[in-house]
Amino acid sequence: MSSPVAEDVTVPQIFRAFLLIGATSFGGGVVAYLRSSLVEKHRWIDDRTFVECLAIGQTLPGLNATNMSVLVGDRLRGAAGAAAAVIGMCLPGALLMFAAGVAFGIHGNRSVVVAMLHGVAAAATGLVFALTVQIAKKALAGAGDLLFVLGTAAAVSLFHFKVLHVLLVAGALSIWWHRPRAAGTASE
Amino acid sequence: MNELPTLVRVFAYLSLLTIGGGMAAYPALEHEVVDVHHWLTQQGLVHLYSVGQMAPGPNMMVVASIGEHVAGPVGSLAVVLAFFLPTVLITLAVGRLWVKLERWRWRNAIQGGLAPVSVGLVLAGAITLAKGALLDWFAVVIAIVVFLALLRSRINPAYLILGGAVIGFFAFKGMN
Repeated sequence: MSSPVAEDVTVPQIFRAFLLIGATSFGGGVVAYLRSSLVEKHRWIDDRTFVECLAIGQTLPGLNATNMSVLVGDRLRGAAGAAAAVIGMCLPGALLMFAAGVAFGIHGNRSVVVAMLHGVAAAATGLVFALTVQIAKKALAGAGDLLFVLGTAAAVSLFHFKVLHVLLVAGALSIWWHRPRAAGTASE
Repeated sequence: MNELPTLVRVFAYLSLLTIGGGMAAYPALEHEVVDVHHWLTQQGLVHLYSVGQMAPGPNMMVVASIGEHVAGPVGSLAVVLAFFLPTVLITLAVGRLWVKLERWRWRNAIQGGLAPVSVGLVLAGAITLAKGALLDWFAVVIAIVVFLALLRSRINPAYLILGGAVIGFFAFKGMN
C-alpha cells in the first residue's frame, strides 16, 4: 500500500465493513476487530493512521468503537463515510439490546432469570475490572499518572463528586501536570 | 407520560461524560436512571448493563434497552440518538482540527493529561458496577475468576459471561 489512507473506498463498502464488525465483535475489544479489518484485511488505512485515530478517539468523549468509526470513516470518505461507519457499527448491537429491553420487561423478574443475571453481572464485573487494568497498562506513564488515576476514582467513588465536576477539575490539573516543558525536554 | 424530552436530555448529558469509554459515565448513569428518574432499580440496571457486555459493537448499547424500557421503540431510538449523536459530531469536528494541530505544543499535554483521568473515571465506573453486582461472596469469586482468566489468557469474554449465566442459574436459584 502506497498511501496511508486508501482513496478508492465507497460509502457502501464502508457501511458493510463496519456493519460486519458491529455484528461480530462479541465480548468487547472492538478495537482489535477494527484493526484486523481496516488495517490487515481491507488495507484501507496503515497502522500509524490507526494508532493516531485511536489516540484522538480516546481523548475525546464518546466510546472507542464509535469514535474510531467516525475518525476512520471521515478519513476514507468524509462526513458520509463517518456516518456510514458509525451507523454500521451501532446497528446490530442496538437492535439486539432493544430486543433485550423487551425481553427484560417481560421476563426480568422471574426468579430463574434473576439468578442467571446475578451470575452475568458478577462475570461482567470481572470483565470490566480486567479492561480497566488493560487500559491502564497502555495509558499510564509514571507514578504521577497513577496518582491522577487514584485521585479521580476516589473523588467519584469515595467522595461522590459529580463525574462532570471531577472530569473538569482533574482533567485541567492533569493537563497542567503534562504541560509542555521548555524546548528540548518535550521533543519526540 | 411523555418521558422523551427527559430521556434525550439525560442521555445527551451522559454521552459527554464518556471519556475513556462508556464505563466512565456509569456512576452518573446509575445516579440519573436509578436515583433521579426511577426508570430502573439498581439491580435492573446492573443486570441490563451486564447483558450488554455480551452484545457486539459499542459496549454501551444498554442505553437502547433503557430507552425501550421507559418509552418503547421510539424511546429506544431517541435514547440511542441522544447518546451517540453529540459525541459523533464532536469527534468529527475535533478529529479534523486535531490533525491540523499536530505541531501545537499543548496537543500532547491534553492527550497525556486526559489519559490518567479517563482511566480513573473508568475505574470509578467499575467500582460502582461492583457495588451493585457483587452482593455476596459467591459473586465476588465469579468476578475474580473472570478477572484473572482475562488477564492471563486470550479467551473471548462473551464465553465467560455466558458461563456466569450458567453458574448463576445453579448457584443463585434459591436466592429469591
